[in-house]
Amino acid sequence: MAVVVILVLLAVGSVLFHLLSPWWWTPIASNWNYIDNTLIITFWITGVVFVAVVLFMAYCVLRFRHRPGNRAAYEPENRKLEGWLAGGTTLGVAAMLTPGLFVWHQFVTVPDGATEVEVVGQQWLWSFRLPGADGKLGTSETRDITPENSLGLNRNDAAALDDYVIEGGELHLEVGKPVKMLLRSVDVLHDFYVPEFRAKMDMVPGMVTYFWLTPTRTGTFEVLCAELCGVGHPQMRGTVVVDSAADYQAWLSQQQTFSQLQAKAGTKETAQAGNAAPAQ
Amino acid sequence: MVDIRHSTGEPIGAAEVEDVELYHPHSWWTRYVFSQDAKIIAVQYASTAIAIGMVALVLSWLMRLQLGFPGAFAFIDAERYYQFITMHGMIMVIYLLTALFLGGFGNYLIPLMLGARDMVFPYANMLSYWLYLLAVLVLVASFFAPGGPTGAGWTLYPPQAVLSGTPGGKDWGIILMLSSLILFIIGFTMGGLNYVVTVLQGRTRGMTLMRMPLTVWGIFTATVMALLAFPALFVACVMMLFDRVLGTSFFMPAIVEMGEQLQHGGGSPILFQHLFWFFGHPEVYIVALPAFGIVSDLISTHARKNIFGYRMMVWAIVIIGALSFIVWAHHMYVSGMNPYFGFFFATTTLIIAVPTAIKVYNWVLTLWRGDIHLTLPMLFALAFIVTFVNGGLTGLFLGNVVVDVPLSDTMFVVAHFHMVMGVAPILVIFGAIYHWYPKITGRMLNEVMGQIHFWVTFVGAYLIFFPMHYLGLIGMPRRYYEMGETAFVPASAHTLNEFITIMALVVGAAQLLFLFNLIWSIRHGREAGGNPWRATTLEWQTPETPPRHGNWKELPVVYRWPYDYSVPGAAEDFIPQNQPGSAGHAPEGAS
Amino acid sequence: MNVTLILLAVILTIAGWWLSRQRLFSKPWLEVGHAFDPRPDGRPSIPPAKIGLGVFLAVVAALFSLFISAYFMRMASTDWWSTPMPKVLWLNTAILGLGSLLLHAARVTAERHRDEASRTALIAALAAGLAFLAGQVFAWRELTDAGFLIADNPANSFFYMISGMHGLHILGGLFALTRVIVRTRAGPMDERAVLSITLCATYWHFMLAVWLVLFALFSGWANDFVELCRQLLT
Repeated sequence: MAVVVILVLLAVGSVLFHLLSPWWWTPIASNWNYIDNTLIITFWITGVVFVAVVLFMAYCVLRFRHRPGNRAAYEPENRKLEGWLAGGTTLGVAAMLTPGLFVWHQFVTVPDGATEVEVVGQQWLWSFRLPGADGKLGTSETRDITPENSLGLNRNDAAALDDYVIEGGELHLEVGKPVKMLLRSVDVLHDFYVPEFRAKMDMVPGMVTYFWLTPTRTGTFEVLCAELCGVGHPQMRGTVVVDSAADYQAWLSQQQTFSQLQAKAGTKETAQAGNAAPAQ
Repeated sequence: MVDIRHSTGEPIGAAEVEDVELYHPHSWWTRYVFSQDAKIIAVQYASTAIAIGMVALVLSWLMRLQLGFPGAFAFIDAERYYQFITMHGMIMVIYLLTALFLGGFGNYLIPLMLGARDMVFPYANMLSYWLYLLAVLVLVASFFAPGGPTGAGWTLYPPQAVLSGTPGGKDWGIILMLSSLILFIIGFTMGGLNYVVTVLQGRTRGMTLMRMPLTVWGIFTATVMALLAFPALFVACVMMLFDRVLGTSFFMPAIVEMGEQLQHGGGSPILFQHLFWFFGHPEVYIVALPAFGIVSDLISTHARKNIFGYRMMVWAIVIIGALSFIVWAHHMYVSGMNPYFGFFFATTTLIIAVPTAIKVYNWVLTLWRGDIHLTLPMLFALAFIVTFVNGGLTGLFLGNVVVDVPLSDTMFVVAHFHMVMGVAPILVIFGAIYHWYPKITGRMLNEVMGQIHFWVTFVGAYLIFFPMHYLGLIGMPRRYYEMGETAFVPASAHTLNEFITIMALVVGAAQLLFLFNLIWSIRHGREAGGNPWRATTLEWQTPETPPRHGNWKELPVVYRWPYDYSVPGAAEDFIPQNQPGSAGHAPEGAS
Repeated sequence: MNVTLILLAVILTIAGWWLSRQRLFSKPWLEVGHAFDPRPDGRPSIPPAKIGLGVFLAVVAALFSLFISAYFMRMASTDWWSTPMPKVLWLNTAILGLGSLLLHAARVTAERHRDEASRTALIAALAAGLAFLAGQVFAWRELTDAGFLIADNPANSFFYMISGMHGLHILGGLFALTRVIVRTRAGPMDERAVLSITLCATYWHFMLAVWLVLFALFSGWANDFVELCRQLLT
């Protein structure tokens, strides 16, 4: 009999826990509230099924538990009932899948006006790159990575020279503007994950992956790595700041381009070379 | 609802069935150690699996201590933490669940339930166990190797699995892990051939496919799947070993590791993921299908009622088995593969939910109008349904591609797969052990210890994994050694983590009680007799309990399906499969 | 994964065909006391060892199809240069084919109770198998001497790995063959001996077929074929 009580408690308790517990997702900061909606539909459908199955079981155990003289019914199958149940399940599954596929179509279709932003992961640091005045990101190659050129940008590509490079710093985004996040890794798998944005995608060395979003509110958000990348995995954090248009421009004007960084490194190098020369 | 029993077809004659040659042991060593008897091999497989499973249990305690009380235990540093989670996952999925269901229950039940004397290739069957043991030893050896075991996560994703940022990546850990898996797969293939061919060719007279208990259906289908899926893991392991040892670039692209250019170039980490999950998803069903089959038999026997919709159950097992080969990339929605694959794999994944749901309905409908004996196997079966339904339904979140995007790689995933392929199948294993222990040893397991074990395990495990989903909803990622100060994680979530850890310790302790019960009852358990559950299937009809080498004096002949419980008009509420004639049946309206 | 999926479809079709003959739609609870057993006399007509080998070959086929799938997927990247095929591989292919023929002959002669001829053919097949392995090692030596090392290029890596895996399977077959030779050394060839030889022959034919596919793959003909299929599909 205890089992009946426990089964009912589990079903009711799970629903109450869901409704009353303080643990729920973080307030959204991107356009992907469609994802949240699909999730809520799924919660409803699956919740009803779970409660129904567990309560039905509890009732069966209560009603049909063994008592002396009892005998079970003999019922090999009931095609009609099975047909109805299978049909109902198919409908429920379709009700979850259909909105899901529509939203996925949106997720993989980047809008035309999206600006590109590159995120580069390495153990265990985030770097970012924004297009310069030409609005285009230059080419890059992992093989070209050197201490001075930590993102491996192509020095011979004019489009790369004016790119803004942010090594290990904060990324700023403009509120209300769709962005296409281009994701790249130079060593192992990482995953660019901002819980408030909902979207995430693995970063795979040797290829460029992407997702897109439109930030919908200003604020400062934490970036986490969501794909195991070695012992430093939990320490791999970064910051994304969503700014108003004016703040964004002000921040952007302070960033250094690839060519500026190269020039700086170059003067350091020549200075070092100059110091070294007399010694020879 | 009682249908008319047709009387077409030839009645089975009582003719003696042609017997097979049987291997006869000549010494204690060949009888109990290098034994070719499937029943001994089954016990060897199960003991080894449970032993290594205890290691996994301790590892889970250690990792939970770190998650619940970060930093309180100085010896659990980040490296060790990742080694613990990796070994815990690998042991549980491969060396415990797969080995116990197929090597343990498969070996014990297939020949007995089908009325065979033994497996068809006993020698290969013996080799299978010894290779499995060798694989386990190689795995254990990695704990003592320089650098310790690998800490790459049980998915072993390259490139990190073979780089120095991961424990064991540049040491022996990953090499031993991959070697152990390769040995396991070779060993499993030998055993798997046995299980399949025994089902195909070893059935006794009258045992048609549609008279096989669902346990055999589940194990048979799972074995066929495993035989076709494990080669993918084999290929992935061999290629990764080449990358690690010989410096090839199958999975390794150009990499700058800690500022240093590596020699590799051009390889594809995604290729590994495809191979891994091509094995990894069927693997979920390799564990689940035997559990489905066993739980069907437990429910039917202890509710004294035929399994509802037997045919549908068989079809569902076969359909799930076939479909599970075309859903693998739902583990890779955010892996960076072509995003358009998402449409296909989300659809196939949700389609597989339909036959699975039908199985759940049929289990609970078997309870309806039954005569439910709340024995320990029945309790575990009920607990299985609760946890499996819960875990299966959260699978609909993760299988639906957009919903997976925010949830993937969070604690939600951890909670989901522990519920559906950790807790649920393990509850079936417990139920099955309480059910068949009397046949294996001749004695019942202690009831009081069993009740304590059941309640703590079931309620405790639910309390561990149900709230854990909500940590994932908050956005807490998995595989984090420590969360640290993170703005979006409220302090209450840390309290929840402490609670989960305490529950994990309690549930783990209950398993020690179970282990004690297993050993204690061999000598002190109540005498069981040959058929304590009054079950219909053949393994309960053996002339001796425990069954001797060769199982039967004279091979049994099968006259009916395995679910003749509470047949109207019969004197008893069960009719064994080998009972001839339609005595006891009063088919209404039959001529 | 297309190659693997096609193979799986074939295997599942065979399984489905077999299942369709097992009366999966019958209602077993109505059939008390009667056997609707498709097996004559309730016993199998095919020896279990043959079925066992068939299942094993399906596993081996899955293994090689996965290697081939990986080969095609890795080939798509830009750093791929095909490995030149040493001429000796043609000879090796011929030797492997000869082994296959010899085992076939051993089987036929054993069935006709020409035991001595059968024994000779078995030993000749063993020699052919050893010669094939030696030839493969020779081909590897030739390639490494020419500077095509295993880690230089993915095409090289695949060639060494897959041909090595095939070689290991041949080696395993040679062990089985040696066992058969030892067991049939004395006494007349009975039904069991014929069965063992048949199993060896089947295995050999299968490994020959695998090798032909692999050889076509490494030589690049398979690519042309796949390309053709792709064009036909689009």
